[in-house]
Amino acid sequence: MSGAGTGTRSVEQTIALRREAGSGALIGYLPVGFPTLTESIDAAVAIVRNGVDILELGLPYSDPVMDGPVIQAATQEALAGGFRLRHGFEAVRAITAQVDAPVLVMTYWNPVVQYGVDRFADDLLAAGGAGLITPDLIPDEASEWLAASERTGLDRVFLAAPSSSDARLAQTVAASRGFVYAVSTMGITGARADVDAAARILVDRLRAAGSTSTCVGVGISTPEQVREILGYADGAIVGSALVKALADGGVDAVAALAKRLSTGTRDLRPAN
Amino acid sequence: MSLRTESGPYFGEFGGRWVPESLMAALDELSAEYALAREDPAFAAELAELHRSYTGRPSIITEVPRFAAHAGGARIILKREDLNHTGSHKINNVLGQALLTKRIGKTRVIAETGAGQHGVATATAAALFGLDCVVYMGEVDTERQALNVARMRLLGAEVVAVKSGSRTLKDAINDAMRDWVTNVGNTNYIFGTVAGPHPFPAMVRDFQKIIGEEARQQVLDLTGGLPDAVTACVGGGSNAMGIFHAFLDDAEVALYGYEAAGDGVDTPRHAATITKGSPGVLHGARSLLLQDEDGQTVESHSISAGLDYPGVGPEHAWLASIGRATYLPVTDAQAMDALRLLSRTEGIIPAIESAHALAGTLELGRELGPGATILVNLSGRGDKDMETAGRYFDLLDAGAAQS
Repeated sequence: MSGAGTGTRSVEQTIALRREAGSGALIGYLPVGFPTLTESIDAAVAIVRNGVDILELGLPYSDPVMDGPVIQAATQEALAGGFRLRHGFEAVRAITAQVDAPVLVMTYWNPVVQYGVDRFADDLLAAGGAGLITPDLIPDEASEWLAASERTGLDRVFLAAPSSSDARLAQTVAASRGFVYAVSTMGITGARADVDAAARILVDRLRAAGSTSTCVGVGISTPEQVREILGYADGAIVGSALVKALADGGVDAVAALAKRLSTGTRDLRPAN
Repeated sequence: MSLRTESGPYFGEFGGRWVPESLMAALDELSAEYALAREDPAFAAELAELHRSYTGRPSIITEVPRFAAHAGGARIILKREDLNHTGSHKINNVLGQALLTKRIGKTRVIAETGAGQHGVATATAAALFGLDCVVYMGEVDTERQALNVARMRLLGAEVVAVKSGSRTLKDAINDAMRDWVTNVGNTNYIFGTVAGPHPFPAMVRDFQKIIGEEARQQVLDLTGGLPDAVTACVGGGSNAMGIFHAFLDDAEVALYGYEAAGDGVDTPRHAATITKGSPGVLHGARSLLLQDEDGQTVESHSISAGLDYPGVGPEHAWLASIGRATYLPVTDAQAMDALRLLSRTEGIIPAIESAHALAGTLELGRELGPGATILVNLSGRGDKDMETAGRYFDLLDAGAAQS
């Protein structure tokens, strides 16, 4: 890797820095290939330049069971537009060449299986990616990925749900690196008016289980929600709202939304 | 070593739980409750009574000599799951899972459906037990199986036409899983086939294996011996696992599953998952599936909505991998010919799904020759398919000729 990529911080460092600044990290999700490969790269770069600390780059998949209607529509359009897995690596490379934010790839598991888990890890590392977020892979089934991420040093972000037992939370915390993705509510992705109180309880439980880095996602769409979540968590993940802004108003609109959302990460402790 | 004792999560290298963490509590709960229920004589007694006085079990077997005359003279015996209440084998599984839902204390059930048979069975059980019921069905399937949509609504279920992806069974499963992730607190997912995450493949098979247990004894009583072969159609594979299971350890009994080949397995329009698929993860299980090199699921095609699925249950993938069962493709045209043949020779109109098993059996009979006995799972009746058959054979217009 060369250029801006060498300056890329790790996910954990990024979150720690934001925490030390008295706040937490803003994590922004966008799918590769929507509305086109080029625009998806431009949009990802733009949201980083407008306050997003960590990128969650989604790989479109034919059967995305954790995704709500907005992301489903976008990824379906990307697939119809000819998205191929190799575009994911191209996008990571192009983005990390332009900005320093760490890039995690969010992918359902079967594409990784078909690509080959080791080959996927090697190519992601070579492209400058920081690791994987795996919405339909539980640590119980992840032995191949645990080995590949151990070998490459890539982060592995597993999900935790409000319904998860204490034993499962402990297992998830132990298996995760980078952060633990706390699903704020029982449900799929999509903006919601209220982010559940369940999120706060889940973050507390994860911390009790040993998590040092917990980010909350699903249902977050406003600066106020970002601020509220960063009051108790290490990061806030926004997806559908950004995708909708990109769909409705292009790169400028998604950049503007990122800027607004990032105000939720500031002024948390005004005394600072 | 017995092949009948496999209870998951894995069947060889296939199976598992490839699901969002949000579903794990529900799957663990279901596994635990099912483990208790299967050891509970009261549960078994209640289910047996429902089979007897509600479904009409045991279902009969029917020997079909006039049909068999077209199959090289082999003896052909049908297991008549088409005569069950609601018209197919699906009710066997649904009653078991509905009882389990009651046991767990949940008040709402959801289901996916392709042909509508599992949806109708679930809506039926929901009515019987006073449960709220939502059935997810691909928009394409709501059109080709409109009669079953009306049946579900009449039974009080809400039918959601799924408009994402290929708008067929696989997308209905995606939406049902999204519903379950969201409403898992009060909702049980009554899964219709031997696919999906553990415990569904083993549990659904257990609720369906009554088909083979009855049929094995019925054939012994009729012929004095075991059949040479047992055949069934395979989509997800629940009726096939149901009839195969009792015979798994009878090494002398060959097992044949017939997959939907649509326009042909060498065209892009088929649903022959075992014949043409490769290992991967779909809908919560590692199994065989139709996919491209990027791991994107490829859309399947079959004239039969119930077989129009790009995946298959992990136990079938395992039985194929160890060579215990053989899976062969049957085209739309072969199935429709067999549907008409059984109708005309025996006065039994099969579901298009089951007609795939009949078509495969016609060829198998010619191979095995006279003296062979073949047991076929007639998994469902054809009432729901009259519009498709009517169009296919041009029977609907006022002036249509009888061909």
